[in-house]
Amino acid sequence: MTSPALDIKGLSFGYPNGHRVLSGIDLRVEHGERVALLGPNGAGKTTFALHLNGILEGDAGTISVAGLAVEKANLMEIRRRVGMVFQDPNDQLFMATVREDVAFGPANLGVKGDELEARVVAALASVAAGDLIDRTPHHLSGGEKRRVAVATVLSMNPELLVLDEPTSGLDPAGRRELLQLLGSLPLAELVITHDLPFALELCPRSVIVSDGRIVADGPTAEILADADLLARHRLEMPFGFDVATFERFSR
Amino acid sequence: MSAGHHEGLFVEGHSRLHRMAPEAKVAAAVGFVFAVALTPRYAWWSIVIDMVAVVVALALTGFAPSLIARRILAVVPFVLFAFLIPFIADGEQVTVGPLTMSREGLWGTWNIVSKAVIGISVSIALAGTTPVADILTGLGKLRVPSIFTAIAGFMFRYLELIVADLGRMRTAMTSRGYRPQWIWQAKPIAASAGSMFVRSYERGERVHAAMMSRGFTGEMPVLRTHVTPRNDWLLAGAFVATALTAAILGALTT
Repeated sequence: MTSPALDIKGLSFGYPNGHRVLSGIDLRVEHGERVALLGPNGAGKTTFALHLNGILEGDAGTISVAGLAVEKANLMEIRRRVGMVFQDPNDQLFMATVREDVAFGPANLGVKGDELEARVVAALASVAAGDLIDRTPHHLSGGEKRRVAVATVLSMNPELLVLDEPTSGLDPAGRRELLQLLGSLPLAELVITHDLPFALELCPRSVIVSDGRIVADGPTAEILADADLLARHRLEMPFGFDVATFERFSR
Repeated sequence: MSAGHHEGLFVEGHSRLHRMAPEAKVAAAVGFVFAVALTPRYAWWSIVIDMVAVVVALALTGFAPSLIARRILAVVPFVLFAFLIPFIADGEQVTVGPLTMSREGLWGTWNIVSKAVIGISVSIALAGTTPVADILTGLGKLRVPSIFTAIAGFMFRYLELIVADLGRMRTAMTSRGYRPQWIWQAKPIAASAGSMFVRSYERGERVHAAMMSRGFTGEMPVLRTHVTPRNDWLLAGAFVATALTAAILGALTT
């Protein structure tokens, strides 16, 4: 049996000031599986994400990505395997041109010359942003920035995409395009969000993180249909949205 | 070279200078300006030679004269004080119409204004034909350590965001009736400067996390490699040699 895309056992983390953020998280994500990580503001979702590629180190527990443990000796390979897309694309796009930004990751891995250019072109093509290659990142629209941000990690050939609030700041059309893009990638995806309809459309499975623990794990439609469960963890469906109706139409 | 949109001072074009390799342009600009700065003020004809060279360079950009004139005007606030020098300097005085001025002071004004105009013209030719990203690549090719080019790149990248942040904060303050007129109303401005600092610092931390997530280990990767065409080095050399020769002849003859 091959190892899963992501395997987390007993992950705990607290800040030095004693504030406990994560207390014992277990999560397993299979290759190609898309999982939504839901939770209210301040539930520790972003902190959790920063553990997945070793930016933050937990106090207890283990994480492995496609069978490789997240630990100091493996960090470079871990960062190749985990494509981390941050909430604000302005944090992710820091180079002077889109081409350089998409090349940044693979160049750090030692990819050079024609192979590097080929990776950049392929990554931008897969997010339908080939024509943006010579543009300056800070002059792109919100939707374009988000797609280029995804390309900056696709160029590293990751095994797992981790997206932190990918729909924040997007207009409806940008959100729709991102949904189609993420749905088309043959990768394991962990989507951190409180955009519940987005989770429902993109991810067959959802987990709810609350108070640093996973409090629910199951098919997204079932979790989102449980209004009491959502309410207990400060989550709610938008007004007028009915999960059952959605289910009927999407079949 | 990359084609930017609304890229600082860059103006889209296909002139000889647009096509020139950035490292050659940067080297030519820096070398030329240094040579001009070293030219003695009294060798006025040396400085005139430099001006002719600058006019040639500007002609090679293909820019409209009105654009060049508008950009040169940016130097005015910086040289205004130079026009006071003839009236406050001592030494031999000369009378021109109703005005009595110091001869040495007039040379001082000439020195500052002529060299400032040459300097800004050179930077117009460089910045107008070279996107910022390419200037940084050029500096890298000239062996400027990547830490400096990276810092300059980040500054250019994030300055606009920070300025936009500041603008939103001002709008928010104005929206709540803040109309500063007196010094004792300055406290919110100081507070917003503090909050700008914290925000920028936090932004820096997030960008650093994003860089590490893509394998950054402290050394910026070299992304673009190309061979500088020989003709570009020759063109750069010709400009610098002109100014250097003018400076040396000027120094020998005055």
